[in-house]
Amino acid sequence: MIKEIREPLIFEISEAGKRAGELPALDVPEKKDALAGVALRRELEGFPEVSETEVTRHFTRLSQKNYCVDMGIYPLGSCTMKYNPKINERLSAHPAFAASHPLASEDLVQGNLEVLKRLENYLSEIAGMDAFTLHPAAGAHGELVGMMLIRAALEARGDARKHVLIPDSAHGTNPSSAHICGYAVREIKSNENGTIDLAGLEREMTDEVAALMVTNPNTLGVFESDILRITEIVHAKGGLVYMDGANMNALTGIVRPGDMGVDVLHINLHKTFSTPHGGGGPGSGPVGVKKELVPFLPVPVIGERNGRYVLELDRPGTIGRVRGHFGHFSVIVRALCYILSLGPRGVREIAEFAVLNANYIRKSLEGDYHLKYTTPSMHECVFSDKLQKEHGVTNLDIAKRLIDYGVHPPTMSFPLIVHGALMIEPTETESRRDLDLFIDAMKAIAREAKESPEVLHAAPHVTYVGRLDEVNAAKNPVLRWEKKP
Amino acid sequence: MSYLSLSDNDKKEMLARVGVGSVDDLFCCIPDSVRLRRPLDLPPALTEIELVRTIEGIGRKNAYAGHLSFLGGGAYEHFIPAVVDYLSSRGEFVSPYTPYQPEVSQGTLQIIFEFQTLVCQLAGLDIANASLYDGSTGTAEAVLMAQRVTGRDKVLLARSLHPQFREVVRTFIKNLGIEAVEVGYGPDGRIDPAALAGLLDARTAAVVHQSPNFFGVVEDVRALSEAAHGAKALSVAIVAEAVSLGLLEAPGRLGADIVTGEAQSLGVPLSFGGPYLGFLATKKEFLRQMPGRVAGQTVDKEGRRGFVLTLSTREQHIRRERATSNICTNQALCALRATIFMETLGKRGLRELAWQNVQKAAYAADRLAAVPGVKRRFSGPVFNEFVVELPKPWPAVEASLRAKGIIGGYGLEAAYPELKGAALVTVTEMRTKDQIDRLARSLQEVLS
Repeated sequence: MIKEIREPLIFEISEAGKRAGELPALDVPEKKDALAGVALRRELEGFPEVSETEVTRHFTRLSQKNYCVDMGIYPLGSCTMKYNPKINERLSAHPAFAASHPLASEDLVQGNLEVLKRLENYLSEIAGMDAFTLHPAAGAHGELVGMMLIRAALEARGDARKHVLIPDSAHGTNPSSAHICGYAVREIKSNENGTIDLAGLEREMTDEVAALMVTNPNTLGVFESDILRITEIVHAKGGLVYMDGANMNALTGIVRPGDMGVDVLHINLHKTFSTPHGGGGPGSGPVGVKKELVPFLPVPVIGERNGRYVLELDRPGTIGRVRGHFGHFSVIVRALCYILSLGPRGVREIAEFAVLNANYIRKSLEGDYHLKYTTPSMHECVFSDKLQKEHGVTNLDIAKRLIDYGVHPPTMSFPLIVHGALMIEPTETESRRDLDLFIDAMKAIAREAKESPEVLHAAPHVTYVGRLDEVNAAKNPVLRWEKKP
Repeated sequence: MSYLSLSDNDKKEMLARVGVGSVDDLFCCIPDSVRLRRPLDLPPALTEIELVRTIEGIGRKNAYAGHLSFLGGGAYEHFIPAVVDYLSSRGEFVSPYTPYQPEVSQGTLQIIFEFQTLVCQLAGLDIANASLYDGSTGTAEAVLMAQRVTGRDKVLLARSLHPQFREVVRTFIKNLGIEAVEVGYGPDGRIDPAALAGLLDARTAAVVHQSPNFFGVVEDVRALSEAAHGAKALSVAIVAEAVSLGLLEAPGRLGADIVTGEAQSLGVPLSFGGPYLGFLATKKEFLRQMPGRVAGQTVDKEGRRGFVLTLSTREQHIRRERATSNICTNQALCALRATIFMETLGKRGLRELAWQNVQKAAYAADRLAAVPGVKRRFSGPVFNEFVVELPKPWPAVEASLRAKGIIGGYGLEAAYPELKGAALVTVTEMRTKDQIDRLARSLQEVLS
């Protein structure tokens, strides 16, 4: 990365008359009045005019201002930034898949439907669920679909109920998704171990509660050891259990949510199953369900008849269509490739080494950083800036200083129940060398916090821009380029 | 195949530092009674070579390839310049997370800012977000947004709106007390203005219309917007074929308050329906009600320009259940592809592309309408697809064309029972005159 690379906005280097690429001459007779009477634009005002060389340099230069997993450890807690195998990129772009049209009749796309069905089956086995739908476009979309399924199942029983219980450590998407499903959210407080307080749950779990949304391991990276009792309490009152599977990376092949009493869960393919994050998507958030909820799955459902795959649309109980077509198909191909590459043992090793790496970091940094909850960690651990605060150093300073050491910062200030949180998730694909690079940087920063806190306040020092004024960005929003008058 | 990076010695030393005897001990907090004590029932691990064979083998079961296709209907086969694939495949774009740490994400953030600008220019509106999942969920988000803005609880959905978009809207609003009512179309294939006038009332939050609509017909967005505004409802313009915006007047300039839809056309492969690229643009005054992430421009202490994710107080991680949407991960990599695509084609290229689509479709429509027994179903102006009515049932015609290696179009009967025997035929710049002639000849043979 060259610090001094400056790259203007494309609009600022645009010059009238330049172009990249040309279309062949029109091979049909031109009908000038084809759109007579239709409101047309005079020109695409503001659109850039540049050469192909300029386009290539523009994006190549911009790419060099990004940190990425291909460069090094990216220990964002709850994000599962693992290595993205390259062969999966190539296979998902294979013309047999990439050129196929979603409205083609099912007999023309048997291969695509096999991809979908296979992944549904493999995810069902891994999660211990009876069926999966691959429609949801991302984790939050999966949550929404999952809660819709719960609502439909309860309505079929006669009462959709009013409330959804959500622990205070949950992702913000949980309450937001429940809300779009028409439910009022009730927060349940964590206990001193950072886990669900059973007495509190028993108090809150009434016959007006539709579901508990639980993340396990939770956002502290702590396994809810009382999970069997928790699901029992919810079921005893006629409620259903939704599991946010964002942290599935800690569990693959070790324990299955379906065996713990979970009725519905979503999994993030862009976390546990190695599909790339792409700088903010596309993700994929398949939802798994137990038998009782199968009739309500979104359409189309992939069925099998006489050895052929078919699209089932006529399903009376369905919640309907939740997205166009069949989900993020090319993401699904990548996840299928990943599971086929790993096999049963490899899938188990995901969890084994994700948990080993996280505990290695935790053990190495205990003493340097404060650990609010000392409950055993699974795939991530949550430190705080409590010790560094004594020297006026915050988690923001620590995060920005890490950039100077060449590693990406952890997730900051989440979960909300740990003040000044630094949430660290290394994933299983890191080498010991990269883990140590991170640990050594964190230790060095802990020393600097005592000796030279001003260096931390001014960090990062190595990037093209320093800390950006986010308050100004929100107060005086500039959300697009505009031509200077 | 394993993607682990630890040697046996690493494992031993790391376990020792953690203070446990074995990897299994790390899972002591999981109750023994629920532990899985058997290997997962999955196929055995494959090497890279074996994986390629397996996946390519599955791909060969797709008979689609090798057919001459005239399918469209919200998913379009357009040319994708090589720079789009090449640049968007860079690890620096493919493998970062959402740009939460702006100092090491300026590439992604600047691209989102450019994308937002291009979307605003196409839509003719003030602001745009960083993307939504796809056109169908974008339509649903626009409906929810219109309800927040107006405080009203009824939406009018054009029957000529993409059938899947309508279905997704219904799924989203089911539990929120919003009513959706359909507005029919006239003989020109456009929204019937009298039907619309009859349905607009003081409960109406929005009129949701699509142009070019599902029949390929260009709507009169100005008239629809005026009708909506007359009832103090929002005009929500859906665009399912983004290439059309290279030529058609920006919906925002014709009165639309929200422009949303599907931008797959702009450099995103068909890929059996996903991932695609939802987008949403609106007026400045509705900023606080807009769903999704937004990048904004700001400065660092030295006054250097930089970009950040901003206005997050609308979003779920701050506002939780009161957020404008639950969306977080969206379609950044698809938005990158669209940005490269649009900047490569540029001002003139996108317009020429749109014009070629119009011309090829016009030629095809004339050729097919000249086949005895074939009629155009609608009289309205079309962009790159049109509806034909056939003298024989579509499934039979479709099968006969298939036997000649042609996928002739999309039968409309399933989504529109009133359009029995009609099919939507799509012709982009990818179809040559020879291919169009071949379709016309084959259709004639099939029908004679």
